[in-house]
Amino acid sequence: MNLRDQPALECVQIGSGERNSIAQPSGFQLDRRDFLKVLGGGLFVCLTHSSGWTQETSRAFVGQELPKDLGAWLHIAADGQVKVFTGKVEVGQNIRTSLAQLVAEELRVPFDAISMVMGDTDLVPWDMGTFGSRTTPTMGPQLRTMAVTAREMLLGMAAERWHVDPAGLTAANGKVADQGNSRSLSYGELTGGEKLVKIVSSKETLTPATAWKIAGTPVPKAEGRDFVTGRHKYPSDMTWPEMMFGAVLRPDGFNATLQSLDTSAAEKLPGVKVVHDGDFIGVVAPDAFSASRALRAIQAKWNVPTQPSNQGLFEFLKNNPETGGDSQQHVSGSVAQAMADADLKLEEHYTVEYIAHAPLEPRAAVAEWNGDKLTVWTGTQRPFGVRDELMQAFHIPIAQVRVIQPDMGSGYGGKHTGEAAIEAARLAKAAGKPVKVVWTRREEFTWAYLRPAGLIEIKAGARRDGTLVAWEHHNYNSGPAAIATPYDVANQVIQYHPAKSPLRQGSYRGLASTANHFARESHMDVMAHAVGMGPLEFRLKNLTDLRLRAALQTAAEKFGWGRSKSTPERGFGIACGTDKGGYVGTCVEVEINPASKKVRIRRVVQAWESGAIVNPDGLRNQTSGAIVQAIGGALFERILFADGRIQNPHFAAYRLPRFSDTPEIEVILIDRKDLPSAGAGETGIVGLAPAVGNAIFAATGIRLPHMPLAPRGGVLNS
Amino acid sequence: MLMEFGMSEFVLNVNGARVPVNAPAEETLLSVLRNRLNLTGTKYGCGEGQCGACTVLLDGRPTRSCMTPVSAAANAKIVTIEGLEQAGKVSPVQQAFFDEGAFQCGYCTSGMILRATALLRETHSPTEEQIVAAMDGNICRCGTYPRIVEAVKRAAQLPTQGAGR
Repeated sequence: MNLRDQPALECVQIGSGERNSIAQPSGFQLDRRDFLKVLGGGLFVCLTHSSGWTQETSRAFVGQELPKDLGAWLHIAADGQVKVFTGKVEVGQNIRTSLAQLVAEELRVPFDAISMVMGDTDLVPWDMGTFGSRTTPTMGPQLRTMAVTAREMLLGMAAERWHVDPAGLTAANGKVADQGNSRSLSYGELTGGEKLVKIVSSKETLTPATAWKIAGTPVPKAEGRDFVTGRHKYPSDMTWPEMMFGAVLRPDGFNATLQSLDTSAAEKLPGVKVVHDGDFIGVVAPDAFSASRALRAIQAKWNVPTQPSNQGLFEFLKNNPETGGDSQQHVSGSVAQAMADADLKLEEHYTVEYIAHAPLEPRAAVAEWNGDKLTVWTGTQRPFGVRDELMQAFHIPIAQVRVIQPDMGSGYGGKHTGEAAIEAARLAKAAGKPVKVVWTRREEFTWAYLRPAGLIEIKAGARRDGTLVAWEHHNYNSGPAAIATPYDVANQVIQYHPAKSPLRQGSYRGLASTANHFARESHMDVMAHAVGMGPLEFRLKNLTDLRLRAALQTAAEKFGWGRSKSTPERGFGIACGTDKGGYVGTCVEVEINPASKKVRIRRVVQAWESGAIVNPDGLRNQTSGAIVQAIGGALFERILFADGRIQNPHFAAYRLPRFSDTPEIEVILIDRKDLPSAGAGETGIVGLAPAVGNAIFAATGIRLPHMPLAPRGGVLNS
Repeated sequence: MLMEFGMSEFVLNVNGARVPVNAPAEETLLSVLRNRLNLTGTKYGCGEGQCGACTVLLDGRPTRSCMTPVSAAANAKIVTIEGLEQAGKVSPVQQAFFDEGAFQCGYCTSGMILRATALLRETHSPTEEQIVAAMDGNICRCGTYPRIVEAVKRAAQLPTQGAGR
């Protein structure tokens, strides 16, 4: 099995060791009559994956169901405004802008003519969720295909009206023009009196990136003004008349059982209602202050069982395999034989700790019951997943649940689940009014899920001339993303070992790609030094992947790699990697204070390539942001836990990267207009940690195999 | 006047308007702004003064509204993100954040803009070191710090308007 071809499905992994199967697309509610009623006529194009619907066009609706597996749809109204409907969500990664650019490009309309309707389960087609860097490579081409189809239809409609050959017409700027006869019709004029539905499944000929005029340009963030004026409504900002505020009583620790409960004091508070239903204990109150006061007034005693802690965590992960987990193994050649024949053999154990996503907006939801119909506004990367959770929690059919995802205060893989949505819905049901639940920072740290901790054992063998001959890589618990080596090694054993995680774990930006790259790229550095080669030279000797070579060499060149020698106070490090269609090369300079041993990252140069660039400004922002976020996991972020409790569930004790931690950052984007666009939200995070570790080694001669590298405030152990 | 259990009546000066509000004296200004006055541009991030998402100006001083009881704000001029626009025109700091694209999810942006506004009122042309020092208490989890620094520098170059930046 070629591990590098495995899609990033592990990103939907939620919970302690469990692997969620991906839900099948659920049926869509509206038939096409309803649709056009909602949209008020015009041209409606939708995309299906099943070929049975190929090229169906209809002007006579008989109320048939639409195909069940629609990927997206697009509507052009009589005023020429274009609405694009997708289940993907905007969480700060800027797809509301970049997807609209792609549609505008293919439809030949101005960017401002497009509005994106996203993440509303009653309005948009089913979507698995926004993760795994899948939006650009999968939703992008779907939307473009629909837009091309719409454009072709509009050309055809104009040709029909003018009784000319459509080949002589052009579409541009929201109009079809007949240059020969100096006449034009706007898209609105063409679609105004129509009620047209077209269903497409075939791949249309898309405009090549070399000819892009709107895609490929640095269009500013859609609705950007609302973010600087405070007008944008995040999930936690949603407010409704009569809305009550809810809060949920949390156990004293994980896996705790309730020993005793006294809610009488809370119930005496004015306007407060206590909701106790099985394991669920919550309160509703007319205002947020009263809700939290009521929660504090509840007397509860819990029995918290003895549980693992950070002490011995990695032995625990190695010794507690998840039976029935999807262990993946890749074997080529004979590692045993190659290791026996190798001139140099080195082994190292690398570890990564649990870390938190810490999205600045914690989980939040407002739930409203209107009779039997439940509507929830919540922050999630999987609105349809949350809809399923609500259906199960309340035993209600699909038609009775609507989940709406306002563009949220980010997720980084941390908001795949619908806890706050279910809690708000439970409380709203009991209160008979809409209820808002906003998690506290402590709740977000404790009751969400974490990036998995992991142990990675690597053994490698090389010949004296620097040729890698054997590579063995075992990852316990953290995951299989980017576990395969991109280097040319004839003999390999590469295996992911799922483990029973003591803490609830799940997706994260890049997920295991960070851990696997940290271990691999650190070990590449180990091997380079062992064979007496420079780290760049050694990598290039064992690397034929042209895209990765280009990213690595571009970063090295812009950084001025090799121009200065590391000293005990200043170290240079390099790393590279690839995952999910993105290629990254990273060079860093670290400074180590000789007295305090504090590490400071001074400079980062990162080259990034993910095919044709859709929005260079958004991509630069994502890449730079990934570097900054990576600083935390590389140097100081880690979850401390014992006795079923998170011991540092707040920002004073869980340090996040700040302004003063931020180095000089130079991002070089490699625009491959000849290659399809890949997603870029995640893989930009993987190069920093190994490059920093390698730079620290270059300065000090000390190999740090444990992330975070300097957990005590960025200070190295001496 | 005691309205009900623990409630007091305050008249707050918010964005130039006198706003009566009933709240317990110990309720945070953040909670009052967001949950009683529906001024949701001010954000909750941590509740312990560590992230700066809740930053507002109290008599011009950048203040963590999550750590400030409403009673302590009753006699101050409170400026929130909603109060920076004048006559439909965004402030220079807001404009500069927009121009630099100095946000991703944007959740920290209100607090960043208010902290930067206070900085530029005190220090008209801050150095990069001064910007970093002033802003270091504000967290952007998306990591847009370099752009925010550029936005503050850009705002320092823009002409001030009306009551200031």
